[in-house]
Amino acid sequence: MTILTVENLTVCFPGRRGTINAIEDVSLSVSAGEILGMVGESGAGKSMTGAAIIGLIEPPGRIAKGEIRLEGERIDNLRPEAMRRLRGRRIGAIFQDPLTSLNPVLTVGEQLIETIQTHLRLPRSQARERAIDWLRRVGIPAPEARIDTYPHQYSGGMRQRVVIALALCAEPQLVIADEPTTALDVSVQAQIIALLRKLARETGVAVILVTHDMGVIAETADRVAVMYAGRIVEIGEVADVLTAPKHPYTSGLMASIPRIGERPETLPQIEGAMPRPHARPEGCAFAPRCPHRMEICTRERPEPRGTLTRSVACHLTEEVPA
Amino acid sequence: MLGFLIRRIIQSIFVMLAVALIAFMMFRFMGDPVNSLVAENATVEERDAVRERLGLDQPLWVQYGRFVARAATGDFGLSWRNARPVSTLLAERFPATAELVLVAAGLSLLLGIPLGILTALRPHSFSTQTLQFFSLIGISLPTFVTGILLILVFSVWLGWLPSFGRGTVVDIGWWSTGFLTLSGLKALVLPSVMLCLFQLTLIMRLVRAEMMEVLRTDYIKFARARGLTNRSIHFRHALKNTLIPVITIFGLQLGGLIAFAIVTETVFQWPGMGALFIQAVSFGDVPVMAAYLVLVSLIFVVINTTVDLLYAVLDPRLRVDGARAAH
Repeated sequence: MTILTVENLTVCFPGRRGTINAIEDVSLSVSAGEILGMVGESGAGKSMTGAAIIGLIEPPGRIAKGEIRLEGERIDNLRPEAMRRLRGRRIGAIFQDPLTSLNPVLTVGEQLIETIQTHLRLPRSQARERAIDWLRRVGIPAPEARIDTYPHQYSGGMRQRVVIALALCAEPQLVIADEPTTALDVSVQAQIIALLRKLARETGVAVILVTHDMGVIAETADRVAVMYAGRIVEIGEVADVLTAPKHPYTSGLMASIPRIGERPETLPQIEGAMPRPHARPEGCAFAPRCPHRMEICTRERPEPRGTLTRSVACHLTEEVPA
Repeated sequence: MLGFLIRRIIQSIFVMLAVALIAFMMFRFMGDPVNSLVAENATVEERDAVRERLGLDQPLWVQYGRFVARAATGDFGLSWRNARPVSTLLAERFPATAELVLVAAGLSLLLGIPLGILTALRPHSFSTQTLQFFSLIGISLPTFVTGILLILVFSVWLGWLPSFGRGTVVDIGWWSTGFLTLSGLKALVLPSVMLCLFQLTLIMRLVRAEMMEVLRTDYIKFARARGLTNRSIHFRHALKNTLIPVITIFGLQLGGLIAFAIVTETVFQWPGMGALFIQAVSFGDVPVMAAYLVLVSLIFVVINTTVDLLYAVLDPRLRVDGARAAH
């Protein structure tokens, strides 16, 4: 069952030097229980896509074009109050840094209970029960005692578990996890990834997992969307995209992952840098760095070809297997 | 918490001993006190007798010890100017200053915090721009100028409020209060407005800056992403974090209020400790000056200790003992 559909989403930031499009024509969909990974370099627009879906684009940024549908119902044009009710209740969010995501002066329990009571009509005692239950589900030991302690009394990994509990405690259908493991130790990263997978399977929540770590995608996601300069350049099943990338940028990304056992003289890398939003070239944004650049690439922007589930935006790809 | 309190009290005792030493040294700066106590033609024997009777022949540290011991019981000797016990003089004047400072501090908090929040939440509105403009005036005009302007407008031109004195006061025990009569309350208005103006603008600007800072933090963004109401985000999640630094500054400024009260009391002829101190300075009345110094220092020490205790109430990260118990 499709939970979220995004079609031709464009987010623009009006500024002094004209309007800048942070993301352009982004289309994707996520189904219940599915984990959609979003990868790309910093500034590619992964987090902006997440912010647009949850309705928290910082002004003066705004959605210029496109539609966002949650279970078939448009949510990109909701009034602020309706959007607030939806956040937390139907779309949850997990932030990058667990050390700064929790309010230092409120206990973990106060933050959980408040979130639960904001969205569900429950008396305080039941909200507390539910909060303890969620702490247990995300793997906090002795939740009955830990619920009344403050965030600084938790380790980084434990705090990220609390953040996950806070994002899921009102049982949303979709959760956007923005770099949930980036700030954590490698050993803790694996635990958090495993927890996210387990919860997605148990609760049927759809997950959009924003990361720049291909390893995390390979381990966690069912499908992956590769973003470059504000656009999705390739989207598809993780197995397909990682083993048989169609877009030269995805190939480049895959090639630059160092492998154990190989000691090449120079590490493979993609030459050059991603263009800034106000300096994107006319045709394909990747053309200046592309090893397979053709004459058409600098003239004409390639449109995504294929279906919502597997598509590539590249002139090299004439036909995409469905 | 108890350990912290005991440590702070011990620290405070050392601070007060140091202050007492400075106060004690003031007596020595004025030259040999015996000169001013005996007749000009007194013999060496007569001078020595006075010196011995007053204990001035003993080593300095013994004299200092006696000064501290007596100061601890509130005994600062007699005022040189009007030969009354210094402690009585201060006790008479203390309520006037205390009430003035209390009203000024209350005004600056009760107005400064809400105005700071308002201007932080609507940073581009017309009312914010106006308030910011006036707060700039408030923070840069010297208080004696605003005081004189207030007298000019409200006493001379409009004739609404008295320009000097405390009005009618009511004695409750040794405390004389101006809170219970209309003229006492009216007399409080102008001096407390003058005294609080600087603090008010300072607190407003501080709350605004802190609040805007807090509203940019990740935990506020995460609270928004969880769909919490604006009211809860602003007043539950943001305000508590905003107030932690505000309390420090307010604590320090409360001492400043007492110090600034000297100027206000002079402008409004307010019969408080500040006015007493100014008189003492002009007459070289060392016991009064010494006692004022010790008393003001004591107030500072008490305020700072209270502020540190308040921190622990507001910020759980500082409750060291509590954190250990929870592990």
